Amino acid sequence: MKREVPIIITLVVGIVFILSYFIPHAPFGELETFYNEWFSIVASFAIWLGALNLMKLSFIRISRKQHDWQLSWVIVICFLVIVAVGFYDGYAGLSNNPQTSFRDPGTNFDWLYTYIYTPLSSTMFAILAFFVASASYRAFRARNTAATLLLLAGFLVMLGRVPLGDILTSYLPEGWRASDWASWIMNFPHTAGQRAIKIGVALGIVSTSLRIILGIERSHLEG
Amino acid sequence: MRDLIVFFRCLLAGILFFSLPVVAQTDSAAVAPDTAAIQQPVPAPPVNVIVTDTPNDNGRSLEIRWDLSPDDQALVTKYQVLRSSSQSGPFQVVGETTKGQNTFINGDLSDSVDYFYRVAAVRAPAGVMATMAESPVFGPIVPVAQWFNMNRIWIFIWTLVICGAILLYIRAARSGKELYVRKIAGIDAVEEAIGRATEMGRKVMYIPGIQDMDDVQTIAGVTILGRVARITAENDTKLDVPVSKSLVMVVAREAVREAYQKAGRPDAFHDDMVHYVTDDQFGYAAAIDGMVVRDKPATMFYMGCFFAESLILAETGNAAGAIQIAGTGQPSQLPFFVASCDYTLIGEELFAASAYLSREPKLLGSLKGQDFAKAAFLLAILVGIVAVLIGWTGFLKILEVG
Repeated sequence: MKREVPIIITLVVGIVFILSYFIPHAPFGELETFYNEWFSIVASFAIWLGALNLMKLSFIRISRKQHDWQLSWVIVICFLVIVAVGFYDGYAGLSNNPQTSFRDPGTNFDWLYTYIYTPLSSTMFAILAFFVASASYRAFRARNTAATLLLLAGFLVMLGRVPLGDILTSYLPEGWRASDWASWIMNFPHTAGQRAIKIGVALGIVSTSLRIILGIERSHLEG
Repeated sequence: MRDLIVFFRCLLAGILFFSLPVVAQTDSAAVAPDTAAIQQPVPAPPVNVIVTDTPNDNGRSLEIRWDLSPDDQALVTKYQVLRSSSQSGPFQVVGETTKGQNTFINGDLSDSVDYFYRVAAVRAPAGVMATMAESPVFGPIVPVAQWFNMNRIWIFIWTLVICGAILLYIRAARSGKELYVRKIAGIDAVEEAIGRATEMGRKVMYIPGIQDMDDVQTIAGVTILGRVARITAENDTKLDVPVSKSLVMVVAREAVREAYQKAGRPDAFHDDMVHYVTDDQFGYAAAIDGMVVRDKPATMFYMGCFFAESLILAETGNAAGAIQIAGTGQPSQLPFFVASCDYTLIGEELFAASAYLSREPKLLGSLKGQDFAKAAFLLAILVGIVAVLIGWTGFLKILEVG
C-alpha cells in the first residue's frame, strides 16, 4: 500500500491536470487551481521540515564537535535572530495596527533584509562575473573546430553588442556591420539551436510525465 | 430739500448705472457652467450592441461588441460598458474602452445569471462637464461553459500522437523487441565517476536543482538520484545530497533509502545524507560552495532545474578538481555547464537518463516513442516551411498553441 497509494494519487491527479488543460467546464477548469493551491499549502507547511532538519544537523555538528562545527553556530544564530525579529515585528505590528506587516519598510526585519540579506545575495551574484571569465577562458580555447567556431561566434556577438563594433565596421554598407552580424548569429543559428533543445525538453517532459502518471517510472518512489 | 432729493436720485442713478454691468457680468459668470453644460455637444450613441458568450471558456465571461458611434472620431472620448441583472436597471459601469475600440470582454461572471448590457459613448474633455449617450439594452444573456477548448484541438491531437507512440513502443519493448538506444556519454560516465570517488575515498555530491517537486526536471533529477544512490550503496561510497526545498528533501530521502535497501545496504543509509540547506537561490549556492571547498568531493552531479547559480556551483566544483556531470532542461544554463563540467546531459538527455541507467525495456520503449514524436515534429516543421513558401498559411494552425 505504501507504493500503490502514491501511484494511484499520481495517476488521478495527473489525468485531471491533463483534462483540465482541454476542458474549461467545471469542475475541471477549477481543479487545476485547486490542486496548485493545495501544493502551495503543503509546501508551506513542509518549510518547517526543512528548517527543523537544518537546526537538527547544526546542533548535532556542534554537540559532536564535527569538522568546522563553529560554522554551525553561525547558521543557528542567524536563523534564530531572523525568526525572533520577524516574530517580534509581526507581534508589534499586530498589537499596534493589524494592517501592518513585519516586512513593511522601517521594521527591524526590513533592516536585516535590506542591509544584510540583500548585500550578501548581491555579493554571490556578483561573483558570477568572475566565474564567467574563468569558464569563458577555458571554453574559448581554440582546441578543435567546434571550440574555434564557438570562440568566433562569441567574439562576433560581443563585438556586435558594443558601440565599438559598429565604429570599427562603419566603412561597411548598412546591414553588414558588426551589430548586424551579432543579430544574425542570435536570430538564426542561436535561435534554431535553442528551439531544437526546447522541443527535445518538451518531449522529454511529456515522456517522463506519462511514465510517472502511468506508474511505469517508479524510481523516485523506490530507488 | 428738493436739491437734496435730486442729488440722491442722481447718486442712486449713478450707482445703478455703474453697478449694472458688474451685475450683468456676475450673472453671466454664474450661469456660464449651466449654459456650457447645455451647450456641450452630445455624441450619437453606439448602435447594434451584440453580446455573445466567450468561446472556449469556463462560462465566466461574455464578449460585448458594438458599432462605433458616428461621432467616434469627432466627439467620443471613450465608451463605457454598463451591466445590470435586470432590463430596467440599475446599470453599473463594468468597463471602459478607448474611442475607436468596439469590443470588450466582461469577466468574473456567474454561469447561472441573466445579464443585460448597454454601451455609452462618452464625451469628457478636460475641465468640461461630460456628456454621454447610451445604446438600447441588450439581453438577457447567460454565459455558458464549454466542454472542450477548441483552440487547443491540435495540441490534443499532438498529445494523442505522442502518448500513443510512447505507449506503443513500451508495449513493443515489453514483448521482447530489441530496441537500439544511442550511447549517451554523460550517462555512461556515471559509474566511472562514482568509482573514482570510491577509489579516492571522497564523497559524491548530488545537487537536484533549485526548484520544487512540481517541476518535472526536479522529478527527473530525483529519479536519477535513485540510480546514483544504488551505485554508491553498492560501492560503499559516501553520498551527500544538499537540497533547497523541503518537499524535495522528503522525496529524495525516500528515493535514497529505497535505493540503499535494494542494494542490500540499509545499514549504510542515514537520514542526514539528504539534508535541507535553504530555499534562497544564492544562499544555497553559497552553502554548497562552502561544502565543496571544505570537503573536496571527488564527484559532483547537477541534475535538475538551475538558474544563475549553475555557473557558481560548477566553477567551484571544477576548481575543487571534482569530476562533474550535469543535466538540465534550461537552455540558458547549458553553456555554463558545458564550459565547466566534464559531461553535460543536454535537454532531453536529462529525462532519458533514468531509463538509460535502468536498462528496463519498458522505460527504453518510452525513449523510442519520444524519438518517433521528434521525427513527427521535424516532418511537420519541414512541411510547414514548404507550406509557408507556397503561401498555404492555413497549415500553420496545426503548430499553433491556443
